[in-house]
Amino acid sequence: MREPVSFKVFRVVVLAVLTTFILVPMWVLFTSSVKPLGDVQGKFEWWPSHVTFQPFKDIWSTVPLGKYFLNSLIVCSISMVLSVIVAIFAGYAVSRWRFHGRSVFTTTILSTQMFPGILFLLPLFLIFVNIDKVLGFTLLYQTRVGLIITYLTFSLPFAIWMLAGYFDGIPRELDEAARVDGASTLGTLFRVVLPAARPGVIAVAVYSFMTSWGEVLFASQMTSPDTQTLSIGLQSYSTQINVYWNQVMAASLVVSVPIVIAFLLLQRYLVAGLTAGAVK
Amino acid sequence: MTSHTTLDRTDGRRKAARRGSPGPEKPGRGRGTSHRLAPYLLIAPAIILELLIHIVPMVVGVWMSFVGLTQAYIANWSTAPWQGLSSYKLALDFSSPVGNSFLHSFEVTCLYTVLVVGISWTFGMSAALVLHRNFRGCGLFRTLFLVPYAMPIYAGIMTWSFMLQRDNGLVNHVLKSLGLTNGDSFWLIGSNAFWSMVIVAVWRSWPFAFLMLLAGLQNIPDDVYDAAAVDGAGIWKQIRHITLPALRPVNLVMILMLFLWTFNDFNTPFVLFGAQPPKSADIISVHIYGASFVNWDFGFGSAMSVLLLVFLLVVTGLYLLVFNRRSRRA
Repeated sequence: MREPVSFKVFRVVVLAVLTTFILVPMWVLFTSSVKPLGDVQGKFEWWPSHVTFQPFKDIWSTVPLGKYFLNSLIVCSISMVLSVIVAIFAGYAVSRWRFHGRSVFTTTILSTQMFPGILFLLPLFLIFVNIDKVLGFTLLYQTRVGLIITYLTFSLPFAIWMLAGYFDGIPRELDEAARVDGASTLGTLFRVVLPAARPGVIAVAVYSFMTSWGEVLFASQMTSPDTQTLSIGLQSYSTQINVYWNQVMAASLVVSVPIVIAFLLLQRYLVAGLTAGAVK
Repeated sequence: MTSHTTLDRTDGRRKAARRGSPGPEKPGRGRGTSHRLAPYLLIAPAIILELLIHIVPMVVGVWMSFVGLTQAYIANWSTAPWQGLSSYKLALDFSSPVGNSFLHSFEVTCLYTVLVVGISWTFGMSAALVLHRNFRGCGLFRTLFLVPYAMPIYAGIMTWSFMLQRDNGLVNHVLKSLGLTNGDSFWLIGSNAFWSMVIVAVWRSWPFAFLMLLAGLQNIPDDVYDAAAVDGAGIWKQIRHITLPALRPVNLVMILMLFLWTFNDFNTPFVLFGAQPPKSADIISVHIYGASFVNWDFGFGSAMSVLLLVFLLVVTGLYLLVFNRRSRRA
């Protein structure tokens, strides 16, 4: 299609502005992570005058980054697996059956997604503290178990919503054919529907992992020094005396790269799932 | 566009199923009770979890807002004194310092949300329009533009926090070398803090608008544009009269989601400023957090959360009512 000059100018301006907006912080993140401490504390430099990879070694000993990493990995993986499994069943039911209470269920799911996290933080805090008091030992408050449960508050409704949308895109004829061949409900789900929905399931899994990986609010109150996740742990590179900016940047890079790569590889599926749910 | 003849009935049915409209599922069509029970068994785990993570906490949250739940009562909640509506009265008495700071925080949040959603939409829409048409290197930009959204929230915010430092940050360095300031402004305290927070939030959230709008653009069939081009409509006219109206459903959902995320945002101020942000950047989630975990007044914190929820429900309800009706009429 013919493009007028005005559109070409528009394109150049948009690309230039937005690329700069995105790339400058990323350049700062990258270059600051390879500067010695003295340089990041001094006057800002676009190009690092002394390149060192020492920050990438130091990050593991200045703070217990390995422990934070492990905590994040455990909490995010388990809450991801739980919400995906539960959402597969619920999403399938919502997509394939018109049952009594269906609209109450879907409305609840949709609306809890819009509730502020702080609304759940306060009661969950109180409930966890008191259950632990009754039990006589810490099961929930500031433990990984408790954090996994709180992470379900945002990952589960989103997973159900997205998977129901994704299942809607899979032709019912597939289910019917399987039923004719004598498959049970679960047989149909696992042998026919789920394989067809694999991209959607993967996208939901990545998305819920990603949101938990970046979660700050619950992690700030529901963790102890032993169970702290990366989102709070990374803030401990700032001490009263010093802020180890080069290590902050190195650690940010280390915790971002795997998740960014996974997201970019799978974003096509994610968009399909998001818009399938959205346009309904 | 699509003509429905009796011949493509199966195709039509498949489309209907895809859209999620009520399908021809007849309970008991030779399959008996197990099939009728199946959906309930399938959603049972979700319902149990929903009760545990959403319903019970919400009921407890509303109850908390009616009792004087200060630090002393957190482990003895049953003995906490009933105070009725007094927390609500305190929050809504805008002439008192406490109510006034709640109102101020609400106003800051509204302005913050309008700015962040507005700018994110503008950026996302422009980028989507530009990158929808294939050109060399377009895939690279598409990928690049998603990175801020994919990064863990705190990693992006901490990078900005470093750039906004007074003595060793990039922002002051650039402003000084351009001769705009003398390079010793504070960006994370005072009234500047609000603008810093807006920029950081936009940086993170506009790629989401871009992602959704790009997907929406790809669902608009090409022949609509071709027809318009034959009629002599230029590219800008096509954008105005075809693209924007066609994006309406995507925009409806995307703007709502951005609005809710931004209004409930806790991460940006908390990572930039800590539990007690400067007054100019005291947005509502952090304000409630401060009342609850810094001043240890859970009753008051809960009352403000409930008020926040009521506000969001009303705004969302009105939004859906107005725009859904209008798009149905269109």
